[in-house]
Amino acid sequence: MKILRNAVAGTLESNDVLVAVSPGGGSVQVDVESIVLEQFGPQILKAVTDVAEIMHVTDAAIRLEDRGALDCTIKARVETALRRAMEAQK
Amino acid sequence: MRRSMLFIPGNSPAMLLNADIHQADAVILDLEDAVSPSEKDAARILVRNAISALKFKGTEIIVRVNPLDSGYTRADLENMVPLNPSLIMPTKVSGADDIRSIAAMMTQIEGANGQEPGAVGLMPLLETAEGVLNAYAIAKADKRVKALFLGAEDLTSDLQAIRSKSSQEIFYARGQIVMAARAAGVDVYDTPFTDVNDDDGMAEDAQFARALGFTGKSAISPRHVSIINEVFSPSLKDIDYAREVMAVIEEAKRLGKGAISLHGKMVDKPIVDRARRVLEAARALGLGGAKHE
Repeated sequence: MKILRNAVAGTLESNDVLVAVSPGGGSVQVDVESIVLEQFGPQILKAVTDVAEIMHVTDAAIRLEDRGALDCTIKARVETALRRAMEAQK
Repeated sequence: MRRSMLFIPGNSPAMLLNADIHQADAVILDLEDAVSPSEKDAARILVRNAISALKFKGTEIIVRVNPLDSGYTRADLENMVPLNPSLIMPTKVSGADDIRSIAAMMTQIEGANGQEPGAVGLMPLLETAEGVLNAYAIAKADKRVKALFLGAEDLTSDLQAIRSKSSQEIFYARGQIVMAARAAGVDVYDTPFTDVNDDDGMAEDAQFARALGFTGKSAISPRHVSIINEVFSPSLKDIDYAREVMAVIEEAKRLGKGAISLHGKMVDKPIVDRARRVLEAARALGLGGAKHE
């Protein structure tokens, strides 16, 4: 699936994550800023790449500002941002 | 047994995460009024993931979906029905046709997901004058309808009434909805009390709703849950009296009588039915233990 535009989802509130998606440079690049990066960095990265894979996204820049979100929240916000980025501009 | 139902905004991860810690018998995960139009997609996906991943221990899951004229209903149902919530709460329900449309969508979704048709129930939110007037037809419109729910804020706006803490302006609607639900054989739930800082007012409002015949009441604040649970639970005095009723009616049966006196008052079938309901509720809630056996 093709990323058509920049899109964001989520918030910077506690237990949430702000996800920004933009067209990539030929692959999926993930950039994570998190208060729990040391403990959960690989898990967060996996949550993001799992969603991208399920949605057949192969080319996107995904940036996360995490505020201690659970996996299910990270996945929800990434899915929402990707869906929004795939929609044609309204 | 549902006494209390706590509304949880569908786009708030922190509140979803803690939804089950407030001891509400049910949580209503809200995709409707608590979510702005620009965030409907985000809330739907977040609630879907939360129901799949979180345990919601000791509380039933109900999902409030957007009304038919919003254009979001089908997407809400497509995401929520496969998760088997206890109930779906359709909003702004005005008549039996609304329920039939929603039930047909749900049957289609259940079929596509290999679910048993009719597995997920409905608790229509009646919050328009038309909806309240059609309450009985709505309750009887489909077997999925398990309860009716009164929404007073939208209703009073539709009625052009003045909303007050005493709630006199919704007295007719409350009576009408209880009457319709009981005639149809379904449960009935009361609108939330919206002053989160008035515990006494909350208790009075809940006591009045209980006296009218409501099964339980909803809350928008976690601090109201324990008050509602207490009001809608039988007291130990109720339980003791119910046990006395059951004992004397057994005695009446032995003597071949249909009615008998207890503490100077006649005990007959309606009193026995009420006592039986009290004891059933007490059993379900684990109240009135061995000391009171």
